[in-house]
Amino acid sequence: MEKLLKILTDLHPDVDFVNEKALIDDNIIDSFDFMTTIGEICNEFDIEMPADKLVPENFNTVEAMYALIQSLED
Amino acid sequence: MLTNITKYLDATAKKYPDKIAFTDGVNKLTFAELRNISHRIAVKICESGFFMKPIAIFMEKSPNAIAANFSAVYSGNYYITLDREMPLVRIEQILQTLKPAIIICDDSTVSVVEQVSTDTNSMTEIWLYDEVSQTELTSESEKAIEAAINHSIDLDPLYVVFTSGSSGIPKGVTACHRSVIDYIENLSELLKVDSTTVFGNQAPLYVDACLKEVYTGIKTGSTAVLIPKEKFMFPVKLIEFLNEHKINTICWVSSALSMVAGFKTFECIKPKHLHTVAFGSELFPVKNLNIWRDALPNARFINLYGPTEATGMSSFYEVNRKFAEDERIPIGKAFKNTEILLIGKDGTVIESNVSEVAGEICIRGSCLSLGYYNDFEKTTDSFVQNPQISVYPDLIYKTGDLGEYNSYGELVYIARKDYQIKHMGYRIELTEIEATFAQSDEITLVCCLYDNIKGKILLYYVGEFTPADAVKALKQKLPRYMLPNKTFRLEQMPLTPNGKIDRTKLMEIYNHGDS
Repeated sequence: MEKLLKILTDLHPDVDFVNEKALIDDNIIDSFDFMTTIGEICNEFDIEMPADKLVPENFNTVEAMYALIQSLED
Repeated sequence: MLTNITKYLDATAKKYPDKIAFTDGVNKLTFAELRNISHRIAVKICESGFFMKPIAIFMEKSPNAIAANFSAVYSGNYYITLDREMPLVRIEQILQTLKPAIIICDDSTVSVVEQVSTDTNSMTEIWLYDEVSQTELTSESEKAIEAAINHSIDLDPLYVVFTSGSSGIPKGVTACHRSVIDYIENLSELLKVDSTTVFGNQAPLYVDACLKEVYTGIKTGSTAVLIPKEKFMFPVKLIEFLNEHKINTICWVSSALSMVAGFKTFECIKPKHLHTVAFGSELFPVKNLNIWRDALPNARFINLYGPTEATGMSSFYEVNRKFAEDERIPIGKAFKNTEILLIGKDGTVIESNVSEVAGEICIRGSCLSLGYYNDFEKTTDSFVQNPQISVYPDLIYKTGDLGEYNSYGELVYIARKDYQIKHMGYRIELTEIEATFAQSDEITLVCCLYDNIKGKILLYYVGEFTPADAVKALKQKLPRYMLPNKTFRLEQMPLTPNGKIDRTKLMEIYNHGDS
């Protein structure tokens, strides 16, 4: 979880990831940086992101992202 | 001879009155409705006495916003599109340069306009789309529109599009009817657009990339579906959207196509109706092109290249052979009625049978825009006399792009001469980000780089700001697509022996430190 928070905070130093609960729906992460974010996550955790997991629900909160990463690591 | 772009819509609204012209999936306008609404607003503009003036359209991206654009044109004026993506400071800069006669707003933007500092908009009228689109049409008022159009010539401005300016102030590229007609005639032929074409539009209305769908539409009776922006974050949803709306033609920035290819989307879902895929505005990796070609073996793939200053696209290459992953997809050859000159270091023109000699890509033709709005100096810097002609005036536009011919005689883009980049399809001057950031007192030194491989804007600075403050400060002044993807605060900036910021060294530091 800390590793994920570090990736996100590196990319968006101005965002409070712990408390934001609608990162996608509120346009906090938008299409301009979403791909960079996913790319970094895949790199750091050495996972592949299947297209069908790319849905807003999986990225609105840090917890959701972390759960997705864990499911992909297995 | 066609001299005014509105004649396209006049003819198409007669031929296909009830066909959908533009839809965003929720709201839609037929060709007859589009013409009717633009006329209603145009009448109101004519009544107010404005002619040959800039009119700003500040609305949610929607079919109605396109109708508002055409209202400016039907009244003999020209338009500029503002967008909520633009921070207030940028909107103010644009309004300062443009001093528009009117800003047409909708409910979502009127409160933003009210925040604009009063000295910029004291001369500007603010209109609400919902009100002015109800203006009544009479035979008398239709005559006012006719008179305005008859009074115009094809060299009169049609729109102003603002692009990144290296000094920190955006530049307003001003294009006339003739250039757009020239472009659209050639583009519709190339893409084989007709009334069965359904475009899936990706480009925002404030860049000239949207000319493709908007103007080929009113010329041919094709339909354009404005794809909601958030679909471009979620590839499966995006392809579902294409299938749902039976979209058969797309002209997207390469990064959007790469996004779909990169996540192996085609293993889950494939586009069912797509037969024409045009891409451009930045390099498209062959690896991703191949994924698309495998998924759609019968589709046409066309690379388009062109700067805003030469109105839309200037050259094309239709993919007709296999490419190795380390090859570059050519930008091909010039559109009809456009000439591309590759001018070498010594000022002479490099012929297409001379391969692998680099030169600057220069463009001539009716496509050449009028220049930068209210900036003659910058205009004459880039729009210069054709070095091959010394006996009459003949302008070329120097793109600042370096290119070369390959062994097939096709033009290939190599790199920029300066610090301009293409990021997510947007044209950005890195020096504009630097200049904007340096305005903060807390900043002593700043340098902006671009990681070409990962497509990241990198910001290095020395100053009191924490990286979080730095990004916050930039967010207030720059559009989202110009914000750095990584921000690094340094104790000391590496300098060259003569005291300039050492960009090469910084790139080394980045490549070393970035895992």
